[in-house]
Amino acid sequence: MKGRADKEEALNTQNSLLTSEKMQSIGLNAWFGAKQALKNINLSIRANFVTAIIGPSGCGKSTFVRCLNRMHELVPGSKVSGQVLLDGRDVYAKEVDPVLIRRRVGMVFQKPNPFPTMSIYDNVGAGLRLTGLKKGKNLDEIVKRSLEQATLWDEVKDDLKKPGTSISGGQQQRLCIARAIALQPEVILMDEPCSALDPVATAKIEELIVSLKRDYTVVVVTHNMQQAARVSDFTAFLYLGELVEYGSTKDMFENPTSEITEKYITGKFG
Amino acid sequence: MNPRLSGDNLFRILAATLTASAAVILAVTGYTLFKGSLPVLQRFGLYFFTGTQWNPVLGKEIFGALPYLLGTLVTSGIALLIGVPLSLGIAIFLAEMAPRTVRVPISYLVELLAAVPSIIYGLWGLFVFRFWILDYIEAPLSTYLGWVPMFSGTPFGLDVLTAGIILAIMITPTVSSVSREVIQAVPNSIREGAYSIGATKWEVIRNWVLSYGRSGLFGAVILGLGRAVGETMAVTMLIGNTSGAAAIPTSLFKGSQTMSSLIASGFMEATPGSLEYSAYIGVGLLLLLLSLSINAIAQVMVTRVLKVKGGAVE
Amino acid sequence: MTSYAYRKFKDKLFFVLSLGCVIIAVLPLTSILFEVIARGASQLSIRFITQAESAGGIGQAIQGTLILIGLTGLMGIPLGVMSGIYLAEYGNNKYAASMRMFNDVLTEFPSIVVGITVTLVVVLTLGYYSPLAGAIALSFMLIPLVARTTEESLKLVPNSIREASLALGVPRWRTIVSVVLPDAKSGLLTGILLAVARIAGETAPLITTIVGSPYFFQGFNQWMDALPLRIFRDATQPDPKVQAQGWGAALILILIVLSLNIGVRLASRGRLRR
Repeated sequence: MKGRADKEEALNTQNSLLTSEKMQSIGLNAWFGAKQALKNINLSIRANFVTAIIGPSGCGKSTFVRCLNRMHELVPGSKVSGQVLLDGRDVYAKEVDPVLIRRRVGMVFQKPNPFPTMSIYDNVGAGLRLTGLKKGKNLDEIVKRSLEQATLWDEVKDDLKKPGTSISGGQQQRLCIARAIALQPEVILMDEPCSALDPVATAKIEELIVSLKRDYTVVVVTHNMQQAARVSDFTAFLYLGELVEYGSTKDMFENPTSEITEKYITGKFG
Repeated sequence: MNPRLSGDNLFRILAATLTASAAVILAVTGYTLFKGSLPVLQRFGLYFFTGTQWNPVLGKEIFGALPYLLGTLVTSGIALLIGVPLSLGIAIFLAEMAPRTVRVPISYLVELLAAVPSIIYGLWGLFVFRFWILDYIEAPLSTYLGWVPMFSGTPFGLDVLTAGIILAIMITPTVSSVSREVIQAVPNSIREGAYSIGATKWEVIRNWVLSYGRSGLFGAVILGLGRAVGETMAVTMLIGNTSGAAAIPTSLFKGSQTMSSLIASGFMEATPGSLEYSAYIGVGLLLLLLSLSINAIAQVMVTRVLKVKGGAVE
Repeated sequence: MTSYAYRKFKDKLFFVLSLGCVIIAVLPLTSILFEVIARGASQLSIRFITQAESAGGIGQAIQGTLILIGLTGLMGIPLGVMSGIYLAEYGNNKYAASMRMFNDVLTEFPSIVVGITVTLVVVLTLGYYSPLAGAIALSFMLIPLVARTTEESLKLVPNSIREASLALGVPRWRTIVSVVLPDAKSGLLTGILLAVARIAGETAPLITTIVGSPYFFQGFNQWMDALPLRIFRDATQPDPKVQAQGWGAALILILIVLSLNIGVRLASRGRLRR
């Protein structure tokens, strides 16, 4: 029995390295109490690309990404079955600590949620402080670098001590991105990161998303198809908890295979 | 029919008038206590609040209420020192850690603590708990740390420490339930943000939930202080009932007196109209003022936090 | 220990500590209940409950407590409920806001202060200690509690019910009395019973107003006994036989208070709480 599991794991790791799959869900099901939100999702997320998850409201796209970093289980009464592989290893395996997974798979939420009781500097450094990094040059550098990567440094470099909530909505969201980046995660999950923002802020963040794929694997949930077309390399279309179609963004939008996909993309429902 | 006399108007006026009963009671209390304390205040002035002698003997009267104010403050202080961490632990457990099925029965048990009348806490303290405190807390402290002024003197169980510990138990239901509401009012988005950067459950609570709710939690503590200050019967039975300068709580093991226990034990001994009678009323006035100010501060802090942060409490 | 292991350790440690707090808090409750039952049960007998002090019973204390509950209820419940009605139904103005504040302030009054105030106002005016004075003192404590719970219960009644009644042409006062109040019935009753349970156990206001007595009720111008007073008196006597009677009285008092508390909670859980 043990030998077989080991072999499977080795095979998975080999496969993901070959096909540069950073994460993969295998037979993933998720419930909110008795209501099933995800049905048997088998989806790959390729490393160093942006994958968009699209679909109408309630199709399960948020639930899906929250299963990737084990945030879904924080909801009381929730349940998950199936596997989610990160570099070939199941994050839901018994001995795996979700705390460690969340360091490697970061998240940015729909409504920007910088910590109101902390300064901008402390917001970015929060994750590192948890792992014991003391205040000092090291931390300063990482904070600066993260804010730079999030294209926020120039705007806040003189105001680092101000509370995290003292900046505009778009800036707060970039702060949250900086906060996630500071931990040098391997994957960044973004759950409708622009839906609470104005068009100017949205454009800034879309630019940022595209630049992030150089160093990270990015998954973006969006209900805005044009946004998906603009920023992503691959797209997955979810409908009523099921994966209907997955492919390169170009193919999906120009030549959808499924009829439902076509209907959604052409705006016949949504 | 004269519209001013309609059923609706009459009812509304009746209800509005009766609602003033609380205000009337407050006014009557304030006036009565103030009027009753005038004799002793006029005679002793500031000494009443700063002096430590207390002698009701005719011809030699002297009344200084400071020892009792100190007694109230010290016992309440002990109650907070012990009760607040305890209450916070309970609130955190119930709000963040306990599995759902267990929450209702446990919170109910804690609420039952509040249903027990004060006199029964006193009875239990007098016959049962004080011996436990004496044997397991006071005796060891006295043996090993007796040289510390706070632990000096021979303990015999009826003292400031015992009264303080019982008060701690009595304020726990209040402080823990308000703390719990404050914690539950912390928005979930904060918790999610914290979990997403890889924080453990305790880290989420300690670094983010508690710090977000800190002003409400402080309000809960002040509320507990208000309860402790006003508590009478349990304290009366456990504090040792000393008087005058001897009641100043210089050690945890000393018998003392609080403002409320003084009145409970001494008021009925005084002759109505005498200076001594007025002295007790004066202590009552002092107690009322202290209690009102503490509770006013608490109310402001708690309602502001719970209203603004969209909590369940209106 | 690595940083990560230390963090996990702290996580578990604080779980245990907070669970420990719960256990520490519940222990006194179990001890109190245990001691009251163990020490008080031996006192229970028909004689104990029905006879007066001279015959070794606490009948007069039980009677006194019941009389006080009755008088206080008569005075305090209507006042409290009407206040609650006004605050809930007409309460969107400055007057109501100040009254509400005064009400909240009154709930936190030290009980001994209530006692001596009523002594000064009622007893000195009448010239004698009286069960009426005791009831007035307890009412001072009951009214704000009932006003608050009444207001809260009435606010839970959905506005659609009020609007439906008013739309039918029912006058406002009638709507409140015949439609809103019955809808909030269980919440109202819960609040009232819990407030009664709370004041039934109060001792301090009674020390200076009804004083206590070894005899059954003798008139509105005489001293009277009550369970909490009796417990206080017996507990502070040196005779162990008398002390034991105090425990018996405590058992009766706790039975009354806890059954009101638990009974009310169980009953309101059965109904659909809105």
